[in-house]
Amino acid sequence: MTTTESNDVSSDDSPAVIPDPNAVSVIINGKQFIARQGDLIIKAAEDAGVYIPRFCYHERMSPVGMCRMCLVEVDTGRGPALMPSCMFPVAPGMVVDTESPVSKAAQEGVIELLLANHPLDCPVCDKGGECPLQDQSFSHGPGESRYVEEKRHYEKPIPISELVFLDRERCILCDRCTRFADEVAGDALIHFTSRGNTTQVITFPDEPFSSYFSGNTVQICPVGALTAKPYRFKARPWDLEEAESTCTSCAVGCRIAVQSSRDELLRYQGVDSDPVNWGWLCDKGRFGFEGIKHDDRLTTPLVRTAQGHEATSWNAASAAAVQLITDAIAAGGASSVAVLGGARGNNEDAFAWARLAHDVIGTPNVSAQFADGLPVGVLGMPRATIDETAAAPTVILLAPDLKEELPVLYLRLRDAAVKHRSRVIEFAPKASGLTRYAWRTVFYEPGTQAEAVRAALATTDIAAQVAMGDVVIVVGRANLAESSAPTVAALHALVAALPNARVLPALRRGNVMGAISVGMRPGKGGLDSRGILNAAADGKIECLILVGADPLADVPDGDLARRAMAGARRIIAVDTFINASSALADVVFPAAAYAEKSGTTTNIEGRVTTLAQKVTVTGTSRPDWMVAGDLALRLGTDLGFRSVDDITASIAATVDGFEDVTPLALAHAPNGVLTSVVVMEPVVTPSIVLAERNSYDFRLVVSRKLYDQAIGTSTSPSLSPLAPGGAVFVHSLDVARVGSAIGASVKVSTPKATIVLPLAADDSVQRGTAWIPFNQSGANPGDLIDAAAIVTDVRIESI
Amino acid sequence: MTSTTYAHAPGFVAGDRPQIVTSRFEYDDSYTLERALATDGYAGLRAALGRSATDVHDEVKTATVLGRGGAGFPAGTKWGLTPQAVWPRYLVVNGDESEPGTYKDRLLMERDPHQLIEGCLIACYAAGLSQCFLYIRGEMALAQERVAAALNEAYAAGYVGSNILGSEFSVDIVLHWGAGAYVVGEETALIESLEGNRGMPRLKPPFFPAAIGLYGKPTIVNNVETLANLPWLMRNGAAAYTAIGSATSPGTRMVAVSGHVKRPGVYEIINGTTTFRDLLYSDEFCGGIRDDNELKAFVPGGGSAPWFLPDQLDIPFEGRVIGAAGSMAGSGAVMVMDHTTDIPMAALTLTRFYAHESCGKCTPCREGGTWLMRILDRVVAGQGTQRDLDQLLEVGATICPGDFPHASSERLGIAAVPFPYKMTTICFVGPSAYTPVHSALTLFRDEFEAKLVRRTFIPVTGIPVTAVAQ
Repeated sequence: MTTTESNDVSSDDSPAVIPDPNAVSVIINGKQFIARQGDLIIKAAEDAGVYIPRFCYHERMSPVGMCRMCLVEVDTGRGPALMPSCMFPVAPGMVVDTESPVSKAAQEGVIELLLANHPLDCPVCDKGGECPLQDQSFSHGPGESRYVEEKRHYEKPIPISELVFLDRERCILCDRCTRFADEVAGDALIHFTSRGNTTQVITFPDEPFSSYFSGNTVQICPVGALTAKPYRFKARPWDLEEAESTCTSCAVGCRIAVQSSRDELLRYQGVDSDPVNWGWLCDKGRFGFEGIKHDDRLTTPLVRTAQGHEATSWNAASAAAVQLITDAIAAGGASSVAVLGGARGNNEDAFAWARLAHDVIGTPNVSAQFADGLPVGVLGMPRATIDETAAAPTVILLAPDLKEELPVLYLRLRDAAVKHRSRVIEFAPKASGLTRYAWRTVFYEPGTQAEAVRAALATTDIAAQVAMGDVVIVVGRANLAESSAPTVAALHALVAALPNARVLPALRRGNVMGAISVGMRPGKGGLDSRGILNAAADGKIECLILVGADPLADVPDGDLARRAMAGARRIIAVDTFINASSALADVVFPAAAYAEKSGTTTNIEGRVTTLAQKVTVTGTSRPDWMVAGDLALRLGTDLGFRSVDDITASIAATVDGFEDVTPLALAHAPNGVLTSVVVMEPVVTPSIVLAERNSYDFRLVVSRKLYDQAIGTSTSPSLSPLAPGGAVFVHSLDVARVGSAIGASVKVSTPKATIVLPLAADDSVQRGTAWIPFNQSGANPGDLIDAAAIVTDVRIESI
Repeated sequence: MTSTTYAHAPGFVAGDRPQIVTSRFEYDDSYTLERALATDGYAGLRAALGRSATDVHDEVKTATVLGRGGAGFPAGTKWGLTPQAVWPRYLVVNGDESEPGTYKDRLLMERDPHQLIEGCLIACYAAGLSQCFLYIRGEMALAQERVAAALNEAYAAGYVGSNILGSEFSVDIVLHWGAGAYVVGEETALIESLEGNRGMPRLKPPFFPAAIGLYGKPTIVNNVETLANLPWLMRNGAAAYTAIGSATSPGTRMVAVSGHVKRPGVYEIINGTTTFRDLLYSDEFCGGIRDDNELKAFVPGGGSAPWFLPDQLDIPFEGRVIGAAGSMAGSGAVMVMDHTTDIPMAALTLTRFYAHESCGKCTPCREGGTWLMRILDRVVAGQGTQRDLDQLLEVGATICPGDFPHASSERLGIAAVPFPYKMTTICFVGPSAYTPVHSALTLFRDEFEAKLVRRTFIPVTGIPVTAVAQ
C-alpha cells in the first residue's frame, strides 16, 4: 500500500495509465490510501501504518469477529457505523476512523470487559511482558476498571496434553487456539464448551490435545492461558535475547526465533516466513532445544586408549586423527578413507568436510545419506518450491508420511487441499496424515509402486486431473524396508508420463539438500552410502569418518551397519553426544550443536537461509568446519577458511547453483535465497525384478514417526516420552491370521533374523502388509531389513 | 368455537375476525391429514403447482407477506435475494422459537403441522429451493411429535418427496431437533447448529444466508408463521390477503400474550390495525388486566423489546409504528405487568435469561451481560448503591453505544427514542440483556432507588460496616 500521488505526467503521447483493477482507494484516519481488493480493513490499515487493536484476528487464519476489539467506525456511504475491521474487506470510498470517540469508546469498553474476569496475575504469568492483552490494555484500554464483582474461577492450570497447560481463568476466548487446531493443524481436539460467561476452551473427555503442532497455540495465545511445559516459569520475556534462525530438525527449513537468557536456550518461536512455514512449527522443532543443553553433551575431544575413551586436548585429538588418516591412506590408498554424514550440520560444515575429503584426502567415497535417501540425481530434476507445490493444481505424493517426517510441509499441503487449491494424489503403502485430505489415494504393496503409478495414470479421472495444469511430485522414501529402486522406478514412470512435472524432494535430515549440493556426495567413481557400508563390512575401509553420523541408528539395514562399524579399521567421529556409533570411534571430536554456531542451511526446495549462534558452545566443542579446516592444515593444505562468512562466500563462488547465495544477499533476504537446480548425475532407471510375496508372509513397511529415539528427541525431557514405542502393526482383519491377541508379543522373522515385538492393529496399514515404526524402543526392525533386497517379506508368528 | 386443549392458550376467540393461520385450531384433530384434507388442506399447494413458480413468487410479493420471526422483512423479497445459478439451494424453517414470552409457532406446529408443511412446499416451489430443513426447538416435544407424524402422513400421501402431486416438482423435508439454545433462533446460528457445529452466529456480511447459508449454499430462512400464511394466500389470492390489515402490514398476525391479563394466550389479530388496548382490554382477546389491576408496563415484542407504558396502549400492532415509538414488534409476544410488579426484579429475570443464553462469542455480550446481571442482583438484594445504577447504564453503553430506544412518558416528561439501537456484538442477544435494564431504569428509576442501600453512618476503617437495607 502506498499513498496516492497525483500523476503529473499528462501529455498526450504518454502511454495510457491502466488503472490497477485490484486497487481500492480508502480513507483511513483522514489520509487516503490505496489498498488491495479483498484486503480486510484491519490488514489494510496496518499496511497503511495504522494499528487496530485485536485479539482474535490472526493473518494466517480465517476471521471470526469474536473478541470485538477491532471495532472501528467505518462509513461506507450510509454514515459511520461500528464494524469489526477483521471481518470486512475494504471497499472503494470507504472512510475508516480508528480514533474517533465512538471507536475509542468501543475499544476501551472491550478491554474493560476482557479484564473484568481476567486474573491480574501478570507478575507470575509467562506471558507478562509480551502479552497482547497487557500491551493493548496500555495502548487502547481505559486505564482503570469499574468491575467490583468476583471474578470467574476455574482450576488452574490444567494439562491438556503432555506439552501444553491451560489456564481457563486467563483465557479471553479469542478462538485462536481452537481455530488453529481445527483449521491449520486439522487436529480439532480442543473446543469451546458451555456458554455465556462460563464458556471455556477444553479438550474432549479423555482425549488430550496430542497434536504435533500444539506448541503453536501457545505462541498465538494473546494471553497467558496456554503455556508450554518446557518454558513455564523459566524466564521473564524481557530477559530473553533472540536471534532469527532456521529450524534444522527436519529439512522444511522453518524460520524461528531462538531465544535465550543467561546463555541458556529457553524457547523457540515460529517466525512467519511466507514461502515456508507461515509462522508455524511442529512441536519437535519447537521444543527440541532441550537436548542442546543436555548434561551428556560432549565437552572435550576423546581418544580411545586401552581403558576406553579418554578426554584429551584438541591438539592431541587432531594429531591422533591425522595419524589415523595418514595411516589409512598408507595402508589402502586415499579411497580407503570414507566420509559419512554432514546432513546434520550447516552448509559451511558440509562444504569444509567435502573439501577435506575430496581435495585434501582425495577420496571419492563421500555420502550425506545413510542408505535411507534418494539417488543424488533426483536432486537434479526440475524442482518445485513449497509455494509452487502448494499452488499446483495437482500434487502427487510418492513420499513418506509428511506429517511424521516433514510436519510443516504437511501443514502447507493440507492447507492447499482443504482450500481447494490443489488436489493431492497420493501413492502410499500405508495411510498417511494426508490421506484424509487427498483427492485420490492409491495404496500399493511395497515394491509395486511403479505399476501402481502406471495403472493410476491410465484411469480417466486421474489422467484428466494431471492434464489440468502444473503437476508437482513430492518424492521420498515411504518405506525403509525397501530399497530406493521401486520409488525411483515409480518416479520415472511419473516423469515419463508427465514430462513437465516438477519434483520436490521429501528428504528428511536437516541439511541433507545442502550437504549433497555443496559436495558431500560421491565423487567420480565413488561409493554411495550403501557402497561405503558394504566396503567397510568387507574390510576395505581403512578409515571411516562420521560427521554427525550414527549409522547404527540411522541405517535401515541394522546388520549392515553393525558389520560396517566392525569392519572399518579406524573410525573418527565428530558428534555432539556419545551415541552407539561414536562410542566405537578411535577419536571423537565434540561438535558445536544447533544454536551454538552460525552459518547457512538449505531446505528441501533448495532455499538457503541463515542459522544464528545464540549461545556459547558446550565445553570446548567446535563447529564441524573448524575441525575439517584444522585436519586439512595438519594434512598439509590450508583450506583458507578463517570464518563462517569466508566459507559462505567460498560456496557462492565455487558451488554450482549457489551463485546468488552470497553473505550480502543473505543479509538482505529474510526468507533466504533460492539456489538453482544443478544436474549432478543422471538418474538411472532401475530394473526391478520382484519375487511374488508368499501368501503366508507380510510385506514389511518400516517408516519413521515424528518422535523416536533419535538423539535430539531422546535428550529432550519433554519430547522423549512422546515416542510411541515399538510394535508390529497389521490391519485389524489380518490379526486373526497372526493368531495372537493384540498386545501379545509375536515373532517377526525373515530368513536373516527374528525379532520380538508386541502385536498391534491399525487400519491405516494395508492388508497383507505389516508396519513397524523405525528407531523406537524395543526390538530393532532394522535387523529384518536387507539393504541389498528390493523389499522385505516377514513372517509373523505367535510365541 | 373455543377449544380447551390448552387452558393457557385459548388462542382463537375468533369473533368475526378473519382467520388465516388458525382456522383449523377449533378442531380437536386439527393436526391430522384427514382433518387437513377436509378443510382445504393442500389446496393451496395444488393451486400453486398449477401456476408457474414465478407467478407464485409474484403473488407472494404482491401480498407483502412480512416475516413473522422478528425483523419483519417481506418474504417474497427475501426469496428473490438468492443467486439463481447456484445449486443446491435450501429452505430452512426456523422453528426454534425461544424468545421469552413467545409461543405462537409452537401452537402452529402442534395444532396444524400440515399447514406448515404445505407452506414449506409452496415456498420451495416459488423460490426454486431443492430441499427443506425444518428445525424445531429441542424443548417442544409435542410439536416435534406432531410435525414428524404429519410429515410421515404427507410423504405417504405423496405431498412431499418426488414428483409431488404428479408434477415435476420434488422436495424433501428433513426434520431436525434443536438442543436447547436461545441463540439458535438467530438464523446464522441456526444454520451453524444445523451443520452440526456449536450454535454461534455468523457475521453478516459476508454470511447472508441468502448468498452463503447452509453448507455454504444459498439458503432462505423463514419463520414458521410466515410459511403458515402461504396456503391461505394461495387459495384466496393476494387481493384477499391485502384486504386484511393495514397497507404496510397486511394479513393477520399471531400474538402471544402472557403475564397479568385475565386471559393470556395466543391470538390471531389483524395486522397493523389492532391496538394494544384492543388486545389487552377487549373481550375478544385478553379481557383486561387481572383483578382489574392497573397496568404498569408491557413488553410489546418479546423479552428483548424495550418496554411500553400505558401511554403507548393506543399504538396499533405494526412494526413501523412500534419502532417509531421506541420498541419493536419482534416475534409478537406481549408481556404484561400490572401495578404489583417489582420492576427491578422483572428486569433481573429477563437479563438473567439473556446473560445465561449468551453463546459466549462476542466479548460485550459474554462479559457485559453477566456483569449487568451481577449488579442487578445486588440492587435487587438491597445491596446496591447509586453508583451501581449509573454503572448499569455505562456497562450497557459498551454493548449498545449511543442513544438507546425507549418509550415516551408523560409522567416523566420524556420523548421516545426510536428503534433501532447500535451494537458492538454480532447478534441481538447482547443488546437483549441490556434492554430490560435500560427500559426499567429509564422508566422506573425510582423503584431502583428505593432498593438502594442506606447507610446510617459513614464507615470508618477498622470498624465493621453495618449496612441497613431500607
